[in-house]
Amino acid sequence: MKVGVVTFPGSLDDVDARRAVTVAGGEPVPLWHGDHDLRGVDAVVLPGGFSYGDYLRCGAISRFSPVMTEVVAAAGTGLPVLGICNGFQILCESHLLPGALIRNDHQKFVCRDQRLRIENNRTAWTSAYDADAEVTVVLKNGEGSYVADEDTLDRLEGEGRVVARYLDVNPNGSLRDIAGITNERGNVVGLMPHPEHAVEDLTGPGTDGLGFFTSVLRSLVG
Amino acid sequence: MTDTAQPTQSHLDTVDVATSNPDREQPWADLGLKSDEYAEIREILGRRPTSSELAMYSVMWSEHCSYKSSKVHLRQFGEKMTDEMRAHLMVGIGENAGVVDIGDGYAVTFKVESHNHPSYVEPYQGAATGVGGIVRDILAMGARPVAVMDPLRFGPLDAPDTHRVLPGIVAGVGGYGNCLGLPNIGGEAVFDPTYAGNPLVNALCVGVMRHEQLHLAKASGAGNQVILYGARTGGDGIGGVSVLASETFDETGPAKRPSVQVGDPFMEKLLIECTLEIFAEDLVVGIQDLGGAGLSCATSELASAGDGGMHVWLDRVPLRDSSLAPEEILMSESQERMMAVVEPANVERFLAICEKWDVDATVVGEVNDSGRLTIEWHGQTVVDVPPRSVAHDGPTYQRPFARPDEQDTLQADVAETLDRPKTGDELKATLLQLVGSPNLCDKSWITDQYDRYVQGNTVLAQPEDSGMVRVDESSNLGVAVSTDCNGRFARLDPYTGAQLALAESFRNVATTGARPLAVSDCLNFGSPEDPAVMWQFAEAARGLADGCQALGIPVTGGNVSLYNQTGETAILPTPVVAVLGVIDDVTRRTPAGFVAPGQQIYLLGATREELSGSEWAHVVHGHLGGLPPRVDLAAEKALGDILVNASRDGLIDAAHDVSDGGLAQALVEACLLGARKQGIGARVWLPDDLEPFVALFSESAGRAIVAVPRSEEVRFTDMCTARGFAHARIGVTDGEGDDAVLDVQDQFSVTLGELRATWSATLPAAFA
Repeated sequence: MKVGVVTFPGSLDDVDARRAVTVAGGEPVPLWHGDHDLRGVDAVVLPGGFSYGDYLRCGAISRFSPVMTEVVAAAGTGLPVLGICNGFQILCESHLLPGALIRNDHQKFVCRDQRLRIENNRTAWTSAYDADAEVTVVLKNGEGSYVADEDTLDRLEGEGRVVARYLDVNPNGSLRDIAGITNERGNVVGLMPHPEHAVEDLTGPGTDGLGFFTSVLRSLVG
Repeated sequence: MTDTAQPTQSHLDTVDVATSNPDREQPWADLGLKSDEYAEIREILGRRPTSSELAMYSVMWSEHCSYKSSKVHLRQFGEKMTDEMRAHLMVGIGENAGVVDIGDGYAVTFKVESHNHPSYVEPYQGAATGVGGIVRDILAMGARPVAVMDPLRFGPLDAPDTHRVLPGIVAGVGGYGNCLGLPNIGGEAVFDPTYAGNPLVNALCVGVMRHEQLHLAKASGAGNQVILYGARTGGDGIGGVSVLASETFDETGPAKRPSVQVGDPFMEKLLIECTLEIFAEDLVVGIQDLGGAGLSCATSELASAGDGGMHVWLDRVPLRDSSLAPEEILMSESQERMMAVVEPANVERFLAICEKWDVDATVVGEVNDSGRLTIEWHGQTVVDVPPRSVAHDGPTYQRPFARPDEQDTLQADVAETLDRPKTGDELKATLLQLVGSPNLCDKSWITDQYDRYVQGNTVLAQPEDSGMVRVDESSNLGVAVSTDCNGRFARLDPYTGAQLALAESFRNVATTGARPLAVSDCLNFGSPEDPAVMWQFAEAARGLADGCQALGIPVTGGNVSLYNQTGETAILPTPVVAVLGVIDDVTRRTPAGFVAPGQQIYLLGATREELSGSEWAHVVHGHLGGLPPRVDLAAEKALGDILVNASRDGLIDAAHDVSDGGLAQALVEACLLGARKQGIGARVWLPDDLEPFVALFSESAGRAIVAVPRSEEVRFTDMCTARGFAHARIGVTDGEGDDAVLDVQDQFSVTLGELRATWSATLPAAFA
């Protein structure tokens, strides 16, 4: 199973995302932002980082990268797409997901081990988790506060599209403690925390993040 | 604005003008040159310098670039080097950073550098560009930067100015490093009144390369092209040179830019990836980053280290501000720029890689065999100098130094006679007071603003004894780095203080299981024109050089920062020492926190009654006097061997250095960090032959606590006995979570919950 990982100028966690795919048993394929080609991959990860230095607005420039034309089109036909942190911001800017990510309410960058509840285990990226599984993964962001209007939030909740919610501490002021959401179809997921940093005991707070990557490999087989 | 605007040529101070108008008054004093230095420049050139030449000499002969006050003392780092110390050294002092061989074909380069003064003026940008500068130094050696650390010093936590500078400095370190994707794996945050008007921002970077990727800063091979790439050159960081520009031009020039540089980490990230791709295709002969002194430094150092000369077309330099004069372009410290020397056949490919990464690249010069550095501006020669005279043969001072008389008074005023706690309740109150004090409290308010996970190779990070990163995923080869310095000890005795900093850093690396291999230092002191400060510097340098010889690890590079003082008050002498170690298998690393209940706690090393300069004397009595703890480098080496071997053989599950705050603080931290920060309790008994207070709070060097699984106890104690190293079983780990206790038999008991609340409340409360 080939999982493409896009590198934009300023992507930082692309190497980590590729490693996570490998650890999960898949084949990572590097994709370049300037290419009009997904190279036949079965799923795509938009990794974390500061693409284009977060200038103008996080994700606002990357959204116009040539590769995003292909990603948006493929997502429309059901290709699994996971946006992590900056990738989530790019998905929102691309209107593949509703809402936006704004500056943390405490105005500081925060890096911590974060507990989450997986609230929807029916998406392409969460099916390996038990319902309401509680997991610990890395969270690190400066602009990770999820916001949307009340109607949108109600709709997301009503349709079960909140994928993950913060437990114990809301680290950035996200409305309704939302850490991640999905589209109607469940193939596109945006997540502010970083599961790719929790795939090895040696270098992360455990291996709870691995499930996102094994989920997509399983959904591709299934 | 356009790039083609030309200044009024008739005002240009060319070599011809300098020759035909030899007596023009020049503002050498405003540029920081002494009259004899100016005379020497005239002597070298056989005429007065042009204003561009004067700009180059003034900045390259500054204390910051030339080390003119310190280099007579720094020489001993080379002179005292033994064959043992050279064994792993691939590149020593003098290049952008030292390089050591860590085996398996890998080399590591690391260096710590200061950015103190800019960070006082403009905390965010000063700190940010401090990170940016050291990262480019590492990159210029051919290495991929893999981690950063930042030793910081501030005034008192409750001082108003600390609240101005600290949040900005922390945000700047994080803002830049996070955006580059470099994990921040450690550092220090220390508070002392002497840093109130002069915070210290030191930045360290570690880089990894294959042996064959090593690159050096030299321009060799006539006909090779000199390429400037990265950000455009602007008017930032020009500082004092504006007196030249305003002298040269009659018309009102552009508004003066702030003399602190402004960083663009996104550009630096592109520069890193672009440069690594260029290295991978082996396209450069020599490379240099542009930092302090900008193009003046890069062109003169490359030419000086090469085998010939260099010609530069200065008007080809891409500018952000077309009104800049040549002197300003030469002096600009605009960030995120590099200069490479490239064979003509490789230029096209070099430029193509830059274009892929949207990085501007321009051929601005050519290597020749003239033996001169010549720079022209729109067809006229404005610089014609022997490059070595600018870059390497600057002035050297034998500054007078003398041990001040008041040192005796200071050393006579010992802390051992101060009132000390006696009862169990008093000891517990003292413990809590220290645990929550600014220097010993939890620093996660700071370190949580740094990304410690990016790149996915961070094995250990703050608050562990040293930061550790994996270098090779298949073999699990890794490196560990620690930075340390207790400035109070250095104030009491700079020679011993520097050795204590070295010993602590060495120990912190060994504690995590890595074998110490090399040293980098950042020597922060007051004014070298004060003989007492110069004495501190000379003593610290001598202590460090002797200490490195005793431990058998070389100083590979570093940085000197002088004039750190507010008015007449110098900072505590602060020789920050970074030690780098190698570990064959990072899965064998030893964490600081206890991992499970039921393990034996051993104290390694001897405890003496050493309280002068201690955290207890500082916090409880506001006292600084006496002599620092004794240093025994042979014992440090023996302890290091025990810790590294015990880690390799799986004899210990946790180990923590005993230093600031003594055994008490070490136990508290091992408990609180235990079992993934959920807490592991400990029941401890103190030796009969020591007063409980001394056992808990003395800061004797050469000590560590370790947790030994019962199954390994005999093997472990046999190893210590065989080596004749002092070891005593002082307790057992017991209980988990916040309800577990740290119990000191017959004295007091305190829950981890209370300890954690006290430990972690201080910084958030101060910056709420």
